[in-house]
Parts: sequence; C-alpha cells; structure tokens
Amino acid sequence: MSADLAAVLLWNALAAVDSLVLVGVDPSVLLPLQGGLGAAGNLVFGVLTWVLEQWYWLMDWVYYVTRLEMLNPRYRFMHRAILVGLCIGVMAPLIGTFLVHRQLALIGDALAHTAFAGVAVGLFLNAVIDLGVSPYLTAVVVAMIAALFIELISEVTDAYNDVSMAIVLSTGFALGTTLISLNAGGLAVGVNQYLFGNLATVSPTSAAILLVLFAVIVGTVVLTRNQLLYVTFDETAAAVSGIPVNWYNRITVMLTAMVVVGAMQIMGVILVAAMLVVPVAGATQVSRSFSESLVVSVVLAELAVLLGIAFAFYGGVTAGGIIVLVAVGIYVCTVALGKIQTLRGERVTPDMGTIETDSADAGAKAGDD
Amino acid sequence: MSSSETDSGRPTDTNDQPSGATDRDGRSGDRVVDVEDVTFGYTATPVVEDVSLTVEAGEYVAIVGPNGSGKSTLMQLLLGLLEPDSGTARLFGEPAGRFDDGERIGYVAQNADTGKEMPITVREVVKMGRFPHIGFGRVTGDDRTFTAALRETPVSTVRGVLDAVFGRLTPSDWAAVDDALETVGMTAFADRRITQLSGGQRQRAFIARALAGEADLLVLDEPTVGVDAESVDAFYDLLAALNAEGITIVLIEHDLGAVVEHADRVVCLNRELYFDGPTEEFVESDALARAFGTEARLLTGESE
Repeated sequence: MSADLAAVLLWNALAAVDSLVLVGVDPSVLLPLQGGLGAAGNLVFGVLTWVLEQWYWLMDWVYYVTRLEMLNPRYRFMHRAILVGLCIGVMAPLIGTFLVHRQLALIGDALAHTAFAGVAVGLFLNAVIDLGVSPYLTAVVVAMIAALFIELISEVTDAYNDVSMAIVLSTGFALGTTLISLNAGGLAVGVNQYLFGNLATVSPTSAAILLVLFAVIVGTVVLTRNQLLYVTFDETAAAVSGIPVNWYNRITVMLTAMVVVGAMQIMGVILVAAMLVVPVAGATQVSRSFSESLVVSVVLAELAVLLGIAFAFYGGVTAGGIIVLVAVGIYVCTVALGKIQTLRGERVTPDMGTIETDSADAGAKAGDD
Repeated sequence: MSSSETDSGRPTDTNDQPSGATDRDGRSGDRVVDVEDVTFGYTATPVVEDVSLTVEAGEYVAIVGPNGSGKSTLMQLLLGLLEPDSGTARLFGEPAGRFDDGERIGYVAQNADTGKEMPITVREVVKMGRFPHIGFGRVTGDDRTFTAALRETPVSTVRGVLDAVFGRLTPSDWAAVDDALETVGMTAFADRRITQLSGGQRQRAFIARALAGEADLLVLDEPTVGVDAESVDAFYDLLAALNAEGITIVLIEHDLGAVVEHADRVVCLNRELYFDGPTEEFVESDALARAFGTEARLLTGESE
C-alpha cells in the first residue's frame, strides 16, 4: 500500500516537474531571469575561477617537484579532476557516515538515478529551447526534489522502505532514458559521461559547481554534526531531547542529493553511491569512536580517489570503475585489519566499576549548578 | 476481549487511587507527567483509551501490562512523541507535544532498538546527553539580554556564541559527562566501542546519557530486555539510588517480579487503566488477573 502511494506521489512529482519544464517555460521568460541571477552568479563564479587558478598553480608546482606526468600543466583537465576527486573524497564519506548507520546506504543510489533524470532534463532543455544551463544544475534541482519526496513519503508511512527507494530509483532512470530517446539526435553520445563519469570532461564550470556544493555540504555538516549524530544513533531519544528529527532527516537527504550530483562528474550515475558507502564501511571496521570513523572514512576515500585517478590516467581505464575497485580493495584490507584488532583487543577487559550511590550525590550536585 | 463489561465498572474505583497520591502535595508545579483522559489509536481501534495518569516529582512509577497493552504507546503519548486523539498530555505543566525543554527528560529504550553496528564510544554516547544544553540558550541564559552580555563580558559572550554555533562542548559539559560515567560505574569503559559491551553495560551507558543531561525525569521502556540476570539487579539498584537522589522514574516493564520489588507505585494498563496505586495494594488486588487474564501466572511462575 505504501509502495503504491510512493509510486503515485513520485510519479506525480516527476510528471509535474516535467510538465512545468516542458509547458511553462518559454525562453524569453527565462533569459531575463538568468540575467538577473547572472550578476550575483558572475561574482561567485569570479571567485571560484580565482580559486581554480590558484589550484592550477599549486598543481604546477607539485609537478615541478615530483615530475609526475599526470600533473603535467598541459593536462589542465587532470588538475580539475584531482580537485573534484579530493572534494568528493571529503564530502561523500562525510554524508555517507550518517546514511550507512541508519541502514540508508541505498538512498544514494536512488538519488543518483533521479539525478540522471535531471541531467536528461537539462540536456533536453538545452537541445529544445537552447537554455544553456549546465545539466549538473538541473540534476541538483531534480535530485533534491526527489530527495524531499523520499523523505516526505517516509514521514507519511513512518518508515524508510526499500520498496519506495526502488521505485524512486527506477522512475528516475526511466524518466532519464525516455527524455533522452525523445531527442535522440546527437544526445545519446553525450550521455556516457554522465552514466560512467569521465576525467577529461570536468569543465571549469562543473568544477566551480562542485566547489559550491562542497562548501554547502561541509559547512552544514560542521554546524549540525551533533544533531545529525544524535538523530543517526537514536532517533527516538533525539526526538525526546527536543531535536526536530524530521528537519534533520530532510537536511540529510538534501545533502545526499548534492553529494551525488557533485560526485557524478567523475564517478558516473551508476557508481556514485559506492563512494557514500564503501569508505564508510571500511572505516566502521577499524575505528572505535564516531569521530575517528569520520576521519578514517575520509582518509580511505581520498586514498581510493587519488589511486583510482592515477590508475585511470596511466592505465587508460574509466576513472569511476577503477576508483570503486580500489575502494573495495581498501575495504577488504580494513576488514582483515579489523579482525586482527578484535583478536588482539579481546585479551584486555577492564573491570566494570561498581555503581556508586555516593557518587550519584556528586553527580546530582554537579547537575544543580 | 471479554473484559469490556468489567472495564466499565472498574475505572471508578481505580481512579480514587491516584487522587490520594496527587492530593498529598497538590501543587501542579511538581507535576511531572499529567495525562488526562487520553485516547489514542493507530487505526480506528484505540490502543489506549481514557487513561488518566499523573506523576509527581520524585516518584518511582512502573507501568505494567501484557504485551500489546498500550504501555509503549502511553509512554510515547506522555513524552509528546504522539499526539493523543482526545484528551491532553502535559509534561512539566506544558503540552507534551510542544515541550521543548528536552534536557529535563532522559529516555532509555529497549536494548534491541540501539544495537546498531555503529562505531561509537561510550563517552560519545554519554556526550549526546549534553547536546540539548548546547545552544544560544546558555549565552543569554542568565537574566541579561544578549546586548548587555556582549557589553559586559564581550570575550566570553563571543566564545559562547561560537560554541553554540559550532556545537562545541565546554569543560563543564565534559565534567558532567565524566560524573555521569562515574555514577554508573562505567568510567573504565568510556573509550570502549558500544557494540563491544554486554546488554547490561550498554543500558548503564544510556542511563549515564540521561544523567549527563541532568534529567529530572527518567523514562525507561523495558530497559532490561536482553540483559543478564546479574546485571538486572545492579541496574535496578542504580535506578533506586537515582530515585533517592530525587529523579523521577517512569519505568515500563513486563517483568512483574522486578516491578513489585523495586517500584513505589504501579500503574496497570491493558488499553484502559486497571490499577494505579502503591505496589503493596497492587499485589493484593485482583487487577493483575483482570488485566493480564490468563497471563497472570507470570507473577508467580516467572516463565518467559
């Protein structure tokens, strides 16, 4: 029953977005709108371009020290790919940690497929009405709408369920393929880079979009990490302690949508969810505390991304695939390491303290002031 | 169930039991929980019907009832996690649904609910109890307005704002965490991963979280499910000690033996209220047999 509801809601939502885009938008209306936003956008873009320039300079410098062919100044796209990869390596496990421990590992996959629908919408609009927006921007919008719908469905039906997730996933992908086939002339060629990711097609614009997403995601997590942790660990106790659980759930899924779109550029739609899950799963094996697991998952993800990009460059293979393979390899190592850790750790067991009624006094007194 | 005829006669004589307790000190300011004529159902059939219950500060109340009797639902109603279909639920004198003084309540769930494979240490769990205290409330917590505070002690005010924005714990927060760990005897386990603990140790950690939050009211939902017998005794000793310190305890429990042994007051529930009064009277009354029906032998038989 909830599955039906989910399907209906989602279909209506996507259909509404779609018809809005198809019917309601007239290029002459949109162009001044873009112009208005353009002033603010130009300023932000200017700053981001400056950041990119500094990054190129840094990479050039690293090249002259290390003489790595991968970093040769002739390959500007590699510099951008490494920057994007490093950002993904931070934000994906950061959000993934809050998803994996709530058994929501698959939500990233579902959102990636709706992001693909967003890409298709963007390509379609560009082809039909010559809108000229980056497909990544439409992907962000569509994925975030889908994320909100998943969350609202789960609030209505009182549970995240894999059925509604599966419906969102397939609806997104179906919508994407339909839109693309509608306009098959020349479009299908460009789709591969969104499906599988590509190092060479990371344009300065998409790198700039990613930097914005990165700032938003990391900033939000830094500011709300306590609440996110409490909601992740024990939703009921968090609600009792006065945290608006639904709002934090909405924030989490929206951030997930942003991460997915950001990481899509080099990971591709199909593999992007792996970055949310695999490094986190590895970190869970070897860390003891939550903060440790956050740091370890970021380190593992960065390792996977950098090694993967290097293999992709020198081996001439698809970056997304090799990054995931490296990440899984690292995960296998951490499982082994975790087993060794527990074997060694079991030898020492601290004595459990007795419950001290006296110190209950002290606790209560400390509580009073 | 066949109990519907007996129910209709019963509530009148169960209701004069709590009135004795509330009249003792009738100030409503001390009333921690005040549930009045609450009815709630997930579907058209009510799970909880016409239940009235008040808990005064410092009481040790156990809510008992057979499985599916609406104990947990009643708990969610009185915590404001559910809105009653009719009737009112108040916490510390405020409507429970809008109650936002979260640090006054400590909540300990069933062990099964929190047995996730999450890497998190005992100290990090206890730390969560301090989260409701972090915020702008403490910057302007005293009588001063924010601008006045900024003028008089600019440095500490700005630091307070930064702490609130970034959610950092102050040294006094950490002191409260350490005190709470010490109280439950878990200091040696502070840096252990919570998944490595036994059921009893884990529940102690959750009690410590409530203590770190300086809760006035401790609500426990079948806290000893899946905890070994030895730890259960220690656990109830801890609750008794905390109650002696003045913390109000509302315990939802299906283990009647433990309830009879430890709680001061028993509320017996099976959709409707069957009994509400001192534990000794509960043991002598026939409320148990009526509420539990054939399950009543649990008290003597202890067969689970």
